Amino acid sequence: MRVRFAKRGRVRFLSHRDVARTFERALRRAEVPMAYSAGFSPHPRISWVGAAPTAAASEAEYVEFALATAVDPGWLRASLDAALPGGLDVVDAVVAGGGGLAERIDASRWRVRLPTVAEPALSAAVTALLGREEVEVERATKDGRRRFDVRSAVVSAVGRAENDTCAILELVARHTTPAVRPDDVLTALDVVAGLRPSAPPEPTRLEQGRLLDDGTLADPLAPDRNDAGRPVGCSSA
Amino acid sequence: MSGQSLFARLEPLLPRVRRPVQYVGGEGNSIVKPWASAAVRWCLMYPDAYEVGLPNQGLQILYEILNEQPDVLAERTYSVWPDLEALLREHGLPQFTVDAHRAVGDFDLFGVSFSTELGYTNLLTALDLAGIPLHARDRGDGSPIVVAGGHAAFNPEPIADFVDAVVLGDGEQAVLGICDVVRAWKAEGAPGGRGELLARLARRRLVYVPAFFDVSYRPDGRIAAVTPNRDDICARPGKHTLSDLDSWPYPKAPLVPLAETVHERMSVEIFRGCTRGCRFCQAGMITRPVRERNIETVGAMVDAGLRATGFNEVGLLSLSSADHTEIGRIATGLADRYEDSRISLSLPSTRVDAFNVTLANEFSRNGRRSGLTFAPEGGSERLRRVINKMVSAEDLVRTVSTAYAHGWRQVKLYFMCGLPTETDQDVLEIADLAREVIRAGRRASGQRDIRATVSIGGFVPKPHTPFQWAAQASHEVTDARLKLLRDTVRADREIARAVGFRYHDGRPGIIEGLLARGDRRVGAVIERVWREGGRFDGWNEHFSFPRWETACAAELEPLGVSLDWYTTREREEREVLPWDHLDAGLDRDWLWADWQEALRENELDDCRWTPCYDCGVCPTMGTDTQIGPTGRSLLPVVGVSAGARSGDAASAAQASTARAAGAPGAPGAAAAGGAGAGGAVDVPPVVGSGTPA
Repeated sequence: MRVRFAKRGRVRFLSHRDVARTFERALRRAEVPMAYSAGFSPHPRISWVGAAPTAAASEAEYVEFALATAVDPGWLRASLDAALPGGLDVVDAVVAGGGGLAERIDASRWRVRLPTVAEPALSAAVTALLGREEVEVERATKDGRRRFDVRSAVVSAVGRAENDTCAILELVARHTTPAVRPDDVLTALDVVAGLRPSAPPEPTRLEQGRLLDDGTLADPLAPDRNDAGRPVGCSSA
Repeated sequence: MSGQSLFARLEPLLPRVRRPVQYVGGEGNSIVKPWASAAVRWCLMYPDAYEVGLPNQGLQILYEILNEQPDVLAERTYSVWPDLEALLREHGLPQFTVDAHRAVGDFDLFGVSFSTELGYTNLLTALDLAGIPLHARDRGDGSPIVVAGGHAAFNPEPIADFVDAVVLGDGEQAVLGICDVVRAWKAEGAPGGRGELLARLARRRLVYVPAFFDVSYRPDGRIAAVTPNRDDICARPGKHTLSDLDSWPYPKAPLVPLAETVHERMSVEIFRGCTRGCRFCQAGMITRPVRERNIETVGAMVDAGLRATGFNEVGLLSLSSADHTEIGRIATGLADRYEDSRISLSLPSTRVDAFNVTLANEFSRNGRRSGLTFAPEGGSERLRRVINKMVSAEDLVRTVSTAYAHGWRQVKLYFMCGLPTETDQDVLEIADLAREVIRAGRRASGQRDIRATVSIGGFVPKPHTPFQWAAQASHEVTDARLKLLRDTVRADREIARAVGFRYHDGRPGIIEGLLARGDRRVGAVIERVWREGGRFDGWNEHFSFPRWETACAAELEPLGVSLDWYTTREREEREVLPWDHLDAGLDRDWLWADWQEALRENELDDCRWTPCYDCGVCPTMGTDTQIGPTGRSLLPVVGVSAGARSGDAASAAQASTARAAGAPGAPGAAAAGGAGAGGAVDVPPVVGSGTPA
């Protein structure tokens, strides 16, 4: 079973571990018949695909479950959504068809609200960034501080105005290692143009999927939906 | 406007702090009510970090009971870490609740639960951030009534200046009584302001109001007298005791945190109180008498709680869980019920005897047998007689052998250091016990690779115990004894690698001792420490001993007393103790007699299975020991196994249905009593053990 869910409002402050724990409990409360791993301490078989960072909201997070017995995707969507706290909202549930989910996702589309930033300043910084071949930034990761290039991950970036004192950065970024996050792009805008928002940015992931030639993203669940008509149930994960 | 959400102003600060999720609320089973819908509004606080405070049972029980009242609302707040504290101050935001992010200062009542004295500085942070004057005497009618509760509140004198009222004992009925008084007083238009409200609460014997008592001191620094300064209140406020725990099955729907916390399990309190009579144990003394929940209630609470939370672990809580008269049947019944459902069971706080290994085996039927913990507390037989923890070395070795023979590989042993009459020799005998345990483990398992962990805490004498008169060991003495023990174990090649050591330095224990047995003069120390930056004193990385020492020197020594005076000084029988005017039900003469028995190394049996020894609680409080066995049984439930919905899991559901055949499945229908029990759940009789069944 493959599920798309959103992370909205205050639950954006959940870390990936918090999200994972909350899902496991919600699955138990909803009495979803999970398949468990073999071994000394069996775990429900859940695989996560590219979690959004803590404090980022998302409309497009993906998770895959292996079930012990088949259930109706509509039932799963509704009962899991009811068991999850408000803000963690199940958007879609489909029976997994052939092929891995992770292979269908190589980029994200983001919308980053920048309160206190004016659009012309953002657009100028974006132009400066796109004009560069490479922009290195540094970030603390769990393996210590790392330097990496941001520019090569940025597929497209556009500055827009929400109003005079709030700009919006529309961003499409490839999934790279280490992952380039909206924060890293903002750091890069600081490096190239000295853009420093005085209020925390508010990033929301709008889409994930495979990057198409026209710069849009393909819905990663579409192939599974096209497989509809296959017997309901799933044991792949 | 009162009761408004501050979240919009708080949210921009959250990306700038560590683990912001702890401040957003939204827990499963949390409750937000419209501000205007409530006549009485409580803010409840556990004065420590969210990860520690959220699982607290006491707070969750009161939160649920209060919110069940149609015209009462209760929200929660926890201590904010220094990073958020600084931002709140910078942006002019107050201490807020996590439920609806309302300002703490907007509530009618601010109830703070103290499990440990080291939370006192965090109380001051919360008051200050909330805009509530630190000193009760400076508060006007706009400030909430600050109510302290919890075990540490049995001697609230060190925080007497900072709180308006104190609830002693069980809070369930007390908070509802307080609601009644506040509701009526508000409906009348708040006549007489907060002074009149406090007087009404005191007259109804709901709370102790420190401001209604004056303390006078003798020239030598000891207390001369504590006397009420008005004649319409009880001169000896007493504790509240909840009878019939089966009528109060809380929490029914425990909070499910979004953030990670220290305990993430469905906890069910299987009984309250303990009469084992361990002389160091304040909890055992102040929570008497023993009141059990019966097997049927326990089973129903576990089932309902798991459904409401999605937790996969059940903890059966009490001060000594294996003493429940129906524990064998509870263990087997729950183990049967959840055998196929990946729910794990745990039994914290058990005593050393072979029966408990049998229980532990039941609780880990499918799971891993990693660690068992036993608490002999005292290293030598002599010292265990002093503290009345009646465990012989042979008991311990027999128990440990049983555990290792059943596949347990790691044993943890808890001890205390610095107990009354303790010598170096008593502490060195911990090494002998550890050696015996390792040898027994090697014999029983046939393996050399056996581990035991020895954890040692410093003993802190507590009010309302027979050791309330005792001198606390100085941290130098405690640390020196522990070093000696460690060196002895390290030098013993037979066990050096097999025994792990865990202990903390003795200095935080000295401050805990100061706060535990302090009087009102200690309040100035707490305030000074807080003003100099003291926060989260229960956390090693935040605790500063020099800060406390300096504050004690500045605030106490001009009064002719000192940190040592409060801690390492033995008290005489007739000295007025700061908490003598507060009634935990214990007869002071009995406590003194038991202290003398301790010094004579005489043991005392549990009154549950020997005649009453007149500790005083039952006659004073009008209570009785309430224990089983009741002859009831664990009601079967249907459909609890993981994936019970359909398919191969159905067999498990059928199995439990089959067992249910003898009894109607609906909760509450168990009144069939003993007769139906055998058919309902297959339970072997309790065997072995020191508990009379």
